[in-house]
Amino acid sequence: MALTREQLAQRVAQELQDGYYVNLGIGIPTLVANYIPEGIEVMLQSENGLLGMGQFPTEDEIDADLINAGKQTVTMATGASVFDSAESFAMIRGGHVDLTVLGAFEVDVNGNIASYMIPGKLIKGMGGAMDLVAGADNIIVTMTHASKHGVSKLLSNCTLPLTGKGCIKKVLTDLAFIEIKEGKFHLLERAPGVSVDEIIKLTEGELVVPNNVPEMKF
Amino acid sequence: MAGFDKVVSSYEEAMAGLEDGMTVISGGFGLCGIPENLISEIKRKGTKELTLVSNNCGVDDFGLGVLLQDRQIKKIVASYVGENAEFERQMMNGELEVELTPQGTLAEKMRAGGAGIPAFFTATGYGTPVAEGKEEREIDGRMYILEPAIKGDFAIVKAWKADRYGNLVFRKTARNFNPMAATAGKITVVEVEEIVEPGELDPDQIHTPGIYVNRLILGAFEKRIEQRTVRTAQS
Repeated sequence: MALTREQLAQRVAQELQDGYYVNLGIGIPTLVANYIPEGIEVMLQSENGLLGMGQFPTEDEIDADLINAGKQTVTMATGASVFDSAESFAMIRGGHVDLTVLGAFEVDVNGNIASYMIPGKLIKGMGGAMDLVAGADNIIVTMTHASKHGVSKLLSNCTLPLTGKGCIKKVLTDLAFIEIKEGKFHLLERAPGVSVDEIIKLTEGELVVPNNVPEMKF
Repeated sequence: MAGFDKVVSSYEEAMAGLEDGMTVISGGFGLCGIPENLISEIKRKGTKELTLVSNNCGVDDFGLGVLLQDRQIKKIVASYVGENAEFERQMMNGELEVELTPQGTLAEKMRAGGAGIPAFFTATGYGTPVAEGKEEREIDGRMYILEPAIKGDFAIVKAWKADRYGNLVFRKTARNFNPMAATAGKITVVEVEEIVEPGELDPDQIHTPGIYVNRLILGAFEKRIEQRTVRTAQS
């Protein structure tokens, strides 16, 4: 079975480590905050200028001056700090964020990522995504493995305008956890009940498959 | 106005001198921390052919989006322009020129503009459409692109508190692009929720020193929320 959105978030959360500063993109990445493992401390960075993002506010706590990068009302966690946008991107560009999780339309074997524009159809802008992929060393892309029509999103070459070049090393799809190195996809794990053959069929770029591909554990 | 007193008493006075074709830099992220009354004044004035520099362009009926209604914007430099139907229509019809700029690059362009740095190298956008036409350079084995700074004829800023000298304090994430915008305008106009006397703000707590501020006005704010997300008290 393909992973649900919640399972994708749960699997990403397993990559969190104690003391990590983490930037979570909009959509599935945001859900990761719900699955932070017991016993570890993680500080969430929101690129509009908040380090230490807390949960959503109660009705009484709502503050129009306190939002996250998705423009949602939020609260501040204990020990939070606020700062301006230049400072926020100094953290990001300067490589101070330990893990970045974001979505994408396409990823290719050379670590290129396309996530911000579909020419003629969807032109909303890159927001902070280009800075995030250029600045972070440790990035996990979460996405569906293929379109509804079975067209692979893991390609030999991205077809859409790029968000970043050669910067992605890990991709978690609803079918597989994949590492990118030396110009190839490497299959690390598969979703429970998903066959290696199915993953191969839906991966357009070159995929290296080891003899034993473990199932993800939750 | 006298000495360092930057306070003006009307929005008309606050935006005096804004002319067709000028560049205006605005603070704000989404609808958070936007100079909503200064934007309304630009709408009222009817100034046209403006180039706007702002992270976003508001929504259809609030924020910078209201300047689209009478086609006052010629060009916008922004990082994210979704959630605005009229914007999309004007962009698709070629009525509005859009320069999509990565968010961190946009913040740094404003900062550099205000700090007398004409351009800077960044890895952000290398190998993407953002790099087209820009100088590229390898530094210590990594590729960078040269991004020019931005300056505005006007900068419009929303702060929380100020003293009469224009020393500013921002509140929570309403700070966002405002401090950089404040440095990058030839004329920087700031609207605030409270004005106090000089000496009443703790000098250690001032985010933007008054040297960057030309005009200051006391405003009343709607502070519209774009995505109202809540949890129940128990969860």
